[in-house]
Amino acid sequence: MEFVSSDRTIRPAINATALKILIAGGFGVGKTTLVGSVSEIEPLRTEEQLTERSTGVDDITGVEQKRTTTVALDFGRITISHELILYLFGTPGQDRFWFMWDELAQGALGAIVLADTRRLASCFAAIDFFEERNVPFVVGVNCFDGSQMYTVDEVRGALDVDPFVPVLLCDVRRRESTKDVLTALLQHIMSLTGHAQRAAADN
Amino acid sequence: MTGEDSAWFDEDAGPLARPYTFTRGRTHVARDDLNMITLVVALRRFHRGELDHAHERILECCQDPISIAEVAAGADLPLGVVKVLLSDLIEQNYVIFRTGLAKHSSATSPDTLQKVLDGIREL
Repeated sequence: MEFVSSDRTIRPAINATALKILIAGGFGVGKTTLVGSVSEIEPLRTEEQLTERSTGVDDITGVEQKRTTTVALDFGRITISHELILYLFGTPGQDRFWFMWDELAQGALGAIVLADTRRLASCFAAIDFFEERNVPFVVGVNCFDGSQMYTVDEVRGALDVDPFVPVLLCDVRRRESTKDVLTALLQHIMSLTGHAQRAAADN
Repeated sequence: MTGEDSAWFDEDAGPLARPYTFTRGRTHVARDDLNMITLVVALRRFHRGELDHAHERILECCQDPISIAEVAAGADLPLGVVKVLLSDLIEQNYVIFRTGLAKHSSATSPDTLQKVLDGIREL
């Protein structure tokens, strides 16, 4: 895989602003491929241990049972300038526990939900997660096998996302295609921010 | 390993190497203003043996400003463990940090969003 640069050419300032975009979707849909297609570093992996609390079925005891699960994220970096760094985090596809990772969504600029038309249902959970937390997102339909099985409108209908949420076809193995999806996300965020600011100004 | 059912130890045994050994069992003393994209940088050099091995591993990773997620990946430790160790290093003035993370994307200025958009287009 080709990366933009193998080593960091711009040394970030300690007071740089770091931003993050989340990449979500089902297992094997191409999240890490997307990250790698635009990252200046080979995607790195980080892990967190999450504790699931579940109350025992036998309520008389009132004992809380805890279970620790390790959840991994693959991520990449785009150093935009010495004062602005963008991180792309690919959420784990198979593991339901990442939904408990509150820090993931907190402060996220936005998200890309990557959809595979053969398994559309696998991205419902991610869509629900971002809608609930008001994280702006776009849907990228990854056509990695070269064949386009459905139109954008058909996918939009099947996923039942709001009409203002951009849905676009992509091939995340290609940097230009990933850039298009990121561009659509940024424009979507800017339009939402613009609406929010105009609404605030009207009040 | 194919699954927990095939493991010879039971679930209570937990992972064979407990990552929180590095933090002497502490899990909740990390500063709450550290997150995965908080940038950290080492303030000063250290002599071998001045700190314990885990802290030195962390310090070696942040000679240049770097996110906590990258430190965790570089040191091959879970994020939570790295935050605890970095909290120690911040307290002892080995490391400084900057957290500019907005609570929500709407707090990011239009100017910053435009710079991100321009940066992506230039890739």
